[in-house]
Amino acid sequence: MTEIPEHLRKRAEEARAKAAASSEPAESAAPAADDAPQSEAASKIPAHLLERSRAAKAKSDGGGAVEAAPAAAAAAAGGVATAVAAAPAAPAATGPGGHTQRLLTVVKSGSIQDVKAVPQDKVHTWPHLLVVEFVCALFVTAFLLIFSFFVNAPLLELANFNETPNPSKAPWYFLGLQELLTMFHPMVAGVTIPGIGLFLLILAPYIDRNPSMKPEDRKFAISLQTVHLMYWAVLTMIGSFFRGPGFNFIMPWADGLFFEF
Amino acid sequence: MAKDDNKLPISAQIQQQTSKIVDQTQGSQAWSSIFRPGSIFRKGYTDSPRNRSYVIMNSVLYHLHPVKVKRHAVKVSYTLCLGGISFFTFIVLTVTGIFLMFFYRPTAAQAWDDIFQLQSAVTFGLLIRNMHRWAAHLMVLSVFLHMARVFYHGAYKAPREFNWVIGVMLLQFTLLLSFTGYLLPWDQLALWAVTVGTNMMGYTPVFGQQVRFVLLGGVEIGTDTLLRWYVLHVLFLPFVTVIFMAIHFWRVRKDGGISGPL
Repeated sequence: MTEIPEHLRKRAEEARAKAAASSEPAESAAPAADDAPQSEAASKIPAHLLERSRAAKAKSDGGGAVEAAPAAAAAAAGGVATAVAAAPAAPAATGPGGHTQRLLTVVKSGSIQDVKAVPQDKVHTWPHLLVVEFVCALFVTAFLLIFSFFVNAPLLELANFNETPNPSKAPWYFLGLQELLTMFHPMVAGVTIPGIGLFLLILAPYIDRNPSMKPEDRKFAISLQTVHLMYWAVLTMIGSFFRGPGFNFIMPWADGLFFEF
Repeated sequence: MAKDDNKLPISAQIQQQTSKIVDQTQGSQAWSSIFRPGSIFRKGYTDSPRNRSYVIMNSVLYHLHPVKVKRHAVKVSYTLCLGGISFFTFIVLTVTGIFLMFFYRPTAAQAWDDIFQLQSAVTFGLLIRNMHRWAAHLMVLSVFLHMARVFYHGAYKAPREFNWVIGVMLLQFTLLLSFTGYLLPWDQLALWAVTVGTNMMGYTPVFGQQVRFVLLGGVEIGTDTLLRWYVLHVLFLPFVTVIFMAIHFWRVRKDGGISGPL
């Protein structure tokens, strides 16, 4: 439940008190004056409409006798009066209590409109989400600052076309691809496999038509993705840490690291 | 003594003066024209649902967000902040990258010397270059992990299919941004890593050699390659990435906020 703001609650209370105070004298005055309901109605309905409806009522009571209508009313709305006289079956403009509207039907909510949206449990972005984001940004900044303070980015000697380092390695995120180069023809390793991989990744939502998001309903999709991610991670790690001079297989704890970030 | 005439202690006086200045500033027309209603910098911010909404609606940066989010969406254990970290590292990279641009000329004769000078002679030069490098690696990692998180939550399912496609594109742009930046220091690491990488591109079927030629600005890596990759790195790729990020964030909202709960 949402809490009602303090100032709104106060305003509603004041209005209620005021309404109670004004209705009391009216009730006490009602039995005193015979004309009270009429005068009350007169205060709400414009005078000329009231006059017209009274004229119409008088006419229908009189069974279509024109002379029964007050002269003033006839003078004011002569056209209407004659029309009513000509067709007495025409619907009277008023209801029993002098009402000008009538209730046709009650439409229950949900019988015409079908509201499908269910209220969601939501919180204000400020402060709930922004605080989390701010703290997260602070942590990342702090981590980067401290890490950068202690660990320097590599800067080797000036680029030299005549001196190929051994091994020559791609950036770490391409080392999985470079590892594939040891197994396949360069076109397969460098273009076909990553191309198909990316294509399938893009198409993933169109291939996986299972609507459920629950892990227990998507065992196949999750295992397939996990196998692929692991396969990729293992290739990258082998390329990064287990490849030495000549891109030959080495053990990093025995032969040292051949890896630059 | 003059000080003894004042009954208030000095700290209270300072406090009084400060609050007076604050009141004057926050009551001024300039202040209230800069900070829109509901801003926490405005005078008299009170914590009400209306003002909480105003904070988001009246800030150009915050209004990337909706006014309200699903309760589970603010749980760190759901998103692990990975998308946010990716975006934040992009911002860090932009800021530190602009700093680096002041000291760098993309020619084979000057690039390495400029980096060396930056590290040894420029105040905070080494620190900023380190931050740029580590933030770049962090961004590759966080974008990758973000993708994995989205997959495991099944968040790419209808109606979010297309945003997943945009996301995979952003992953590729991230890799390209990182890879183009790799060449710029013009040291042995840069040259040979890029040699390995671009040799692979040469094996693209049919037009492999043409792709390689366009990317290198010649048949071999040289000063033209450096200029080409510099422009790609500091202008073209960030520009395209920002456009895709804008679509990505916009689609998150249009597709009904973040996914879940599971």
